[in-house]
Amino acid sequence: MHLPTRRTTLLGLAGAVMAGPASLALAAAPTGQRLVVVILRGALDGLSAVVPYGDGALAGLRGALVPPEPGREGGLLDLGGFFGLHPALAGVHAMFQAGEAMVVHAVAGSWRNRSHFEAQDWMEFGAEQRLDSGWLNRVAGALAAGARPAKGADLALAVGSLMPVLLRGPAPVGNWLPPSFSVPAGDFYTRVAALHGADAVTGPAVAAGLRERGFAGATLGREPGVEGRAAERFGFPALAAAAAKLLAAADGPRLAALELGGWDTHANQADRLAGPLRQLDAGLVALRDGLGEAWRRTAVLVMTEFGRTVRVNGTRGTDHGTGTVAFVLGGRVAGGRVRGDWPGLAPGQLFEARDLAPTTDLRGIAKGMLAAHLGLAPEVLAQVFPGSAAALPMAGLLRA
Amino acid sequence: MCHGCAMSQRGLHAMNRFGLGRRGGEPLPGDAQSWLAAQLEGADPALALAARDTAEGLVAWREDLRRGNDGVQASRAIMQEDTATLLDHAATTDRPFRERLVWFWANHFTVSLRRGAVVPVANAYLREAIRPHVTGRFADMLGAVLRHPAMIQYLDNTQSAGPDSPAALRGTGAAQGARMGLNENLARECLELHTVSPAAGYSQADVGQMALVLTGWSVALQRDPPGALFRPGIHQPGIKTVLGQALPAGPEGLATAVAFLARHPATHRHLAAKLVRHFVADEPPEPAVAHVAAVLRETDGDLAAAARAVVGLAQAWEPLAKLRSPFDFVVAVVRAMDLPAEARPRMREAMATLGQPVMNAPLPNGWPDTAKDWASPEAVMRRVDWAWAVAARGAGLEPAAVADRALGPLLGEATRGEMMRAGSHREALALLFAGPEFQRR
Repeated sequence: MHLPTRRTTLLGLAGAVMAGPASLALAAAPTGQRLVVVILRGALDGLSAVVPYGDGALAGLRGALVPPEPGREGGLLDLGGFFGLHPALAGVHAMFQAGEAMVVHAVAGSWRNRSHFEAQDWMEFGAEQRLDSGWLNRVAGALAAGARPAKGADLALAVGSLMPVLLRGPAPVGNWLPPSFSVPAGDFYTRVAALHGADAVTGPAVAAGLRERGFAGATLGREPGVEGRAAERFGFPALAAAAAKLLAAADGPRLAALELGGWDTHANQADRLAGPLRQLDAGLVALRDGLGEAWRRTAVLVMTEFGRTVRVNGTRGTDHGTGTVAFVLGGRVAGGRVRGDWPGLAPGQLFEARDLAPTTDLRGIAKGMLAAHLGLAPEVLAQVFPGSAAALPMAGLLRA
Repeated sequence: MCHGCAMSQRGLHAMNRFGLGRRGGEPLPGDAQSWLAAQLEGADPALALAARDTAEGLVAWREDLRRGNDGVQASRAIMQEDTATLLDHAATTDRPFRERLVWFWANHFTVSLRRGAVVPVANAYLREAIRPHVTGRFADMLGAVLRHPAMIQYLDNTQSAGPDSPAALRGTGAAQGARMGLNENLARECLELHTVSPAAGYSQADVGQMALVLTGWSVALQRDPPGALFRPGIHQPGIKTVLGQALPAGPEGLATAVAFLARHPATHRHLAAKLVRHFVADEPPEPAVAHVAAVLRETDGDLAAAARAVVGLAQAWEPLAKLRSPFDFVVAVVRAMDLPAEARPRMREAMATLGQPVMNAPLPNGWPDTAKDWASPEAVMRRVDWAWAVAARGAGLEPAAVADRALGPLLGEATRGEMMRAGSHREALALLFAGPEFQRR
């Protein structure tokens, strides 16, 4: 049970930064709690990120894709004798040992279609249909509903140039990206904003963009990382660090969406997966470090649209599958555990004879976090995830 | 409005909506629809531009691989030079509708530089698989795409092997045989994105069967010249069935699948909806989609006929209804300024900064095509920033004249008034490019 400790001012902060495979979006809300959702686009292979090395069927199915067992050189990072983290996830492993990271295994949404594009849409809309908003936007709307808007302020910020479906919708959300051009002087932007005022599409965008830049500039100090390579300025760890700083501010946004790609490992998976996993790991560590004191009021959900085939395909990769992992991290998370019912990898235990069988509904994890961390009531959860009555909010995600 | 004004507005609208924006003072079409239709006749002039073909690209890639880790130099140089040629063509072509169609179809059949092996052949792919068929038959474009090394490598088909193929059954050369097997990436995207779409209701079994059809379509990198190759040794024998259609073994299987999928009613609807969304409205009106789909069906997938049908839609002539993508926006600004080549801004960098790096879509479904995808606050702010930056190059230009030529009666009084009150030529030009009208087409 949790009640918001205080109300922050409602900022017009929501937005999205994107460069290469990574991007970030943020939204303000009247709560002291912070919620970060990390979308891994392209379908993370859960069996490689959190390896069930204790399952006797694994080696026969995965062969060379399985890293050495814990304790050996380049080996898995043990999670208690049955599962092991991929060696690139050392930072997550440390958080797990500190009780601040939890793994849920054999997770899937309600969809079973194996299409990236549909599955990502359903994961972000929060239902298997096109709604007028993403589920995190509905969370922002629900949190704001009871609050008195501060003067002239909107509700949400994304860092990135594209707005993810997850945050789209009627609750105002803007976005932010590290600046890269010389900036005109005087009232140029004000005049441009006035010209766009009557345009239903670009008008609100320019207005929100101006507000966000003002806020981000003040919070992050000097233009962040104007020097440096684009990959460093815009890479996932850098965006996560910027998000952390914005979220940590007293009057900052409270909701953030980050995304990272590179997971669609149809070929040469062992080589291709290590890089994105290292990026993810560094970004999650940067989030924790950057949030500082606010980390104990932060919960992070890491999710992907589906998992990958249990067997290695013909090109040392894996194809689109079903069950995968989700991560829940944060200062209040009841971590240090791998949760979920392990379905097994033996013949007869696989979904459609090819995929990890899903035993936990992704929506139940999200609902459990929204209930425990943000104090959303059951009727609000039903609006955030329409038609999800069967996916009960997962209990025990946070420490009492 | 006077008759002449209406004429000029219609001509300017055609140049914006179906073209890449008016280039300087290029002549306004007298009859907008004839001007567009004429661009569909004859060969694509871009095919005459100097550029490297796929074999040259693959030789560079082979050399880069041989040199090791930091060796994408030769491949990257080819990509950069040929992309510059391509963007210069976009900035200057007098057949901009043709070019827009090329980019539309290239996006439909997305390959992305995010996959290293695509880098040296991405431009060759446009020339070899897309351009020759933009006014031809969809089946021919689909067939060319699925057999092109860029797509084969982008969607991981190079080594996809049938479980009962000769190589797999031999299985002896353990390292080889045992490890080779099926990869269903290209098959899934072919059904979902390139042809019938999920509306056709195909199953996982259909995807698997299509993957078997595609086994063997590979790239011979070590051969001279290197190129696409059908490898019978890894092709799955036997008849396959996709959406109820029997497909023979061997290379004929793909030919039969292409003919079947290209002619499928679900494909016609899928293509029609995308064309209408791109050229007409974010929410494609159903009668318009049905009309274009019917034209595709009646002409057996004639893409020139489909393009003419889109131009003929009454809804396509509502001015400024679509938001320009970053690509279109950058090209339109460069055309409006009509600068000599050496004075133009770096278009490839600009497109990347504005969120749409050339041929670099994040996923195989390509770039999105609606205003809400491109109008996030930061995305629009970046256009404003770039408008200010690029206006610095317009020292010799008369802003009011640029505005009249590019937008004429489409430019609103508010923007025109702000330009008049601007403190400098640069500011006036920046206001034009940053204003609401220029974001649209």
